[in-house]
Amino acid sequence: MKSNWEIVIGLEIHVQLNTASKIFSGSSTDFGAKPNSQASIIDLGYPGVLPVLNQSVIEKAIKFGLATDAKISRKTIFSRKNYFYPDLPKGYQISQLELPIVQEGYVEININEEIKKIRITRAHLEEDAGKSIHDSSLGKSKIDLNRAGTPLLEIVSEPDMRSAAEASSYMKYVHLLVTYLGICDGNLQEGSLRCDANVSVKPRESKKLGTRTEIKNLNSFRFIEKAIEIEAQRQIEILESGGTITQETRLFDEEKQETRPMRSKEEANDYRYFPDPDLLPVVISEDLIKSIQQSMPELPNQKNKRFINEYQLDKNDAARIANDFDLATFFESSITHSKHASPKQLANWLLGKLSNMVNEKNINFSKLKLSPVDVSSIIDLYILGNLSQKQAGELLEYKHGSEASIEDLITEYNMSQISDTQELSDLVDKILIENQVQFDEFKCGNNKVIGYLIGKVMQASKGKANPKLVKEIIESK
Amino acid sequence: MLHHLSIKELIASLSEKKLSYEELFSYYQERIQKFNPKLNAFISVNESFLDQDSIIETKLKGIPIAHKDIFCMKGHLTTCGSKMLANFKSPYDATIITRLASAGALTLGKTNMDEFAMGSSNETSFFGPCKNPWDLKLVPGGSSGGSASAVAARLAPIATATDTGGSIRQPAAFCGVTGLKPTYGMISRFGMIAFASSLDQAGFIAPSAEDIAIFYDLASGYDPKDSTSINDQVASTTKNLDQKPNALTIGIAKSSLDKHADPNILNAIKQAVNQFEKMGAKIIDIDLKNSHLNVPTYYIIAPAEASSNLSRFDGVRYGHRSEDSESLQSLYANTRSEGFGDEVKRRILIGSYVLSAGFYDAYYIKALRVRRLIANDYKEAFKKVDLILSPTTPNLPFAIGEKSNDPISMYHNDAYTIGANLAGLPAISFPIGFHNGLPIGGHFVAQHLREDLLLNAVNHFQKETDFHQQIPQEFD
Repeated sequence: MKSNWEIVIGLEIHVQLNTASKIFSGSSTDFGAKPNSQASIIDLGYPGVLPVLNQSVIEKAIKFGLATDAKISRKTIFSRKNYFYPDLPKGYQISQLELPIVQEGYVEININEEIKKIRITRAHLEEDAGKSIHDSSLGKSKIDLNRAGTPLLEIVSEPDMRSAAEASSYMKYVHLLVTYLGICDGNLQEGSLRCDANVSVKPRESKKLGTRTEIKNLNSFRFIEKAIEIEAQRQIEILESGGTITQETRLFDEEKQETRPMRSKEEANDYRYFPDPDLLPVVISEDLIKSIQQSMPELPNQKNKRFINEYQLDKNDAARIANDFDLATFFESSITHSKHASPKQLANWLLGKLSNMVNEKNINFSKLKLSPVDVSSIIDLYILGNLSQKQAGELLEYKHGSEASIEDLITEYNMSQISDTQELSDLVDKILIENQVQFDEFKCGNNKVIGYLIGKVMQASKGKANPKLVKEIIESK
Repeated sequence: MLHHLSIKELIASLSEKKLSYEELFSYYQERIQKFNPKLNAFISVNESFLDQDSIIETKLKGIPIAHKDIFCMKGHLTTCGSKMLANFKSPYDATIITRLASAGALTLGKTNMDEFAMGSSNETSFFGPCKNPWDLKLVPGGSSGGSASAVAARLAPIATATDTGGSIRQPAAFCGVTGLKPTYGMISRFGMIAFASSLDQAGFIAPSAEDIAIFYDLASGYDPKDSTSINDQVASTTKNLDQKPNALTIGIAKSSLDKHADPNILNAIKQAVNQFEKMGAKIIDIDLKNSHLNVPTYYIIAPAEASSNLSRFDGVRYGHRSEDSESLQSLYANTRSEGFGDEVKRRILIGSYVLSAGFYDAYYIKALRVRRLIANDYKEAFKKVDLILSPTTPNLPFAIGEKSNDPISMYHNDAYTIGANLAGLPAISFPIGFHNGLPIGGHFVAQHLREDLLLNAVNHFQKETDFHQQIPQEFD
C-alpha cells in the first residue's frame, strides 16, 4: 500500500439474534431445516397477516447498547423499507430508520498494543430476508423463506477504521462481544454475523473523506480483510491514474480476488421508508434497562483486566484467554477444580496443549470432549510429579472423548511417573557410568551438561522418570 | 316473513325451537338464489350448511351472517374484489371470522366490494358492480357495497364490513341500513386484508343498532395477533342498549351543513335534530376547524400505506401470476398490471409518490401533522358534547357510471366520514329519512370506546322512527 494514501472504513454488521422464534412471528429460527418448513403465513406475507414483536429482541438490543456505553432510546419505532425481491415476501422489510433502539456507542479495540476507540453510530433491529438460490442450469430461481423474519441487530460504525486489519479487529471484537452477551450464537459459517464494508481512500494529510463504495455481504474475518485491501487498492489505482470513484455497491469475488459492481437494478432503490402502522412505538422503561443492567455479564475487557489482577496472568495470556469466550469460561472453571496448579500454570496448558487440540479438531473449547474437571486433574498430576509433561499431554489426548477414568487410562498406557528414589538412583548410576566424560565435566563445574544427563535418564526411562528428582539425584552424586 | 325479524327475535325463535337453524339458513339461501342475480351483492355463496353446524349452544345459535370478501376464511375464496385474488383460497381464518363462528354464526357467503376496499361505489370490483336495491340503476356505495346491498334487500340479517374512510357508513346510508365503524383497534384486523393499516377498521352493517350491538360485543376486544388491538376493559353495548340516555348533548359543526350538501339531506338532518330534541337532547354548535383538510389528508395517508400493503401481491407466492414473463422485473410488472384495476393502481402510484425521497416531508409528514390537528379538534369538541351529528354523505346515491371517471368527485363522497378514521373514533350511520324513494343517512361520531353511546342513541331514535325497517318493495 502506498503510504501517502489513507484508507477509511466503516462497517455495518448484521448480527442474527439468537431468539427461539422469529422477530414478528412464532416460527422457529433453527438453521438448516428443510426449505420453507419454518415459514408461517406471517413469514410468507399472506394477505391479512400482522406482525407481533418478539419482546426478547428488545432486551438483547438493550444489552448490546449497555455493553457499548450507548444511548438506549426510550421510545423506538419500526419502519418499512420498501423494495421488491422474491425473497422479501411482503415487498417491504420491517426495519428501523428514525429512533433506532441503540445510538451513539463505542467499543475499544487493541491495535498494535494501542487502544483505539471505534464509535458506533447506531444499532437497529430488523427482520432478515429469505434466500434466493439461482439455478442457472434450470433457468430458475428457488426461494427458501426459512430465514425470512429472523431477527437482526444491524450495528453501524462511524468511519473510524484506517486499515483492513483494524476493520477485521473491530469485527472480531463485535463478534466476541455479542457472544459474551449471549445475544448471538456467533456462528459465522451459518451467517450469524454478516458485514457490509464502506471503503474510501484519501490523501493522508487530507481531512476530507473520499467517495466511498460499499462491499456487501462479507461473512468471514479473512474476507473482510482481503476485500477491503483489494477494494482500497482498486480505488488508489483509479485515483492515481486521474480517475474518480463512483459511489456504488460492490460484491467481493473470492475466486477472482476482485470486487465488482452489483447490477444497478439491485441498488437503484428509493426505499420509501415510513413508520410501520402495524406496529406501535415501543416504549422502553427505566426499570427494564435497570434490570438488564443488573444481569449484564462481565465483558471481554473487564475479564481481561481481572485475569491480570486476580490471576497474575501476563497481558498477552490474559488477552488471549479473554478474547475467546469459551476458553475463558473453561479457564475459570479449571481454576475452581484444580487443587495444585496455579492459574498461570493452567493458562499455559490451555493456551498450549489444549489450544492445539482445539485447533487440530477445528472446534472450540465448548465442544471439547474433556471437562475442566478432567483437565485440572491431569494437570494436577503433572504438578505433583506423578506424570511427566509429555505424559500429561498424551493423557489429555487419551481422555478426550473417553469414558474411562483417568486412573484406568494411566494403568492402561502404563504411564505413572517413576518417583521412587531408589529406583531412580540405580538408573542414574547406570547412565553416569555410560556417560563418564560428561559427568566429569559436570563435576568440574560445567552446569550446562546436566540437561544432557537428565535427557539420557529420561530416554532410558521412556519418559517416565520424574525429571525434578533425577536432577536432584545427579546433583547429589 | 323471517326476513322481517330482528337478530334478537331470531335468537328467541331459535332458542324456543319455533325455528330450526337449517330452516333459517335455507330461507336466506333461497333469498340469495332468488335476488342476488339482480343485485350482485355476493362474490361467493356458502350453500352448504352442514359443515358449519357443529357449535349450537352459543350466543348466536345459528344466526346467518354475510362476510365482506376482505376477511380471510380458511378454505374459502377470499378475493378482496380483485382479479389479483380471484382464485385465492385462504389458509387461515381472520380473528373476526373465528370469533363469530365460535359464537355460532353461520356464514351465508362473501359480499361484493370495491377492489381492495378502494372506492365509494362498488364499481371497482373485479366481479362487477353491485346494485342498490332501492334503485338498480344506482350504486350501493362502497367499498362495503355488497354488505349494505345484501342487508338492505334482506339477503342476510347482518353483514361484516370494513371502513377506512367511510366504507361501512357511506354504503349503509345509500342503502338505508345502519352501519357501525368502531373505535380504531376495537375489532382485530388480523385476517382482514389491509388497505390502510392505520385507518382500517372492521364493523357491521344491519338494519338496526340493536342488531349490531349483539354482534359487536362478541366480535370486539383484544387480540394478541394484532399489535394495534385495544386492550382496555370496555362497557358492553347490549347491556345498556335500552337504558334511557341521560340528557345528550349533540354537537353540529356549521361546516357540515354547508352548501356542498344536498338540501334534501340537510332537511332530513333538521328533522332528525327535532326528533332528538323531542327525546331530550340538547343541540349545540361546534367547530371542527380543520375538517376541510380531511379529504386531502386522507388521500395522502391512505394511499401511502396502501402502496406498501399491496406490495406483497407480486405473483410469487399466491394470487394472480402473469403467464409469460421473461425476467423478474417483467413478472412483477405484468402480474401487477394485469392483477390490479385502475383505482388500485392510481392509489399505489399516489402512495409511492408521496413516500418517495424528496416528497416525503412535504406530503406524508405534513399529512401526519394535519391528522393530529384534526384529532385535536375532535378532542376539543368532546369536552362540550357527547355526540357529533352530520349527514353521512353530501349527496344521495348516484347512478352507476356517473362518477367513475371523476375520482376527485368520488373522493369527496367521504367528506363527512373520513374525520372519524383519521382520529380513530367510533362512528355510526343510520337511516333518517327518504327523498324520492332514496334513503338518507345521519352520522354520529363519539369519543374513543364509546360505541355504547352511539348504539344507545341510535337504538332510541330507531324506537321512535321506522326508516330502518323499510325494505325495497322489489325485495320484500
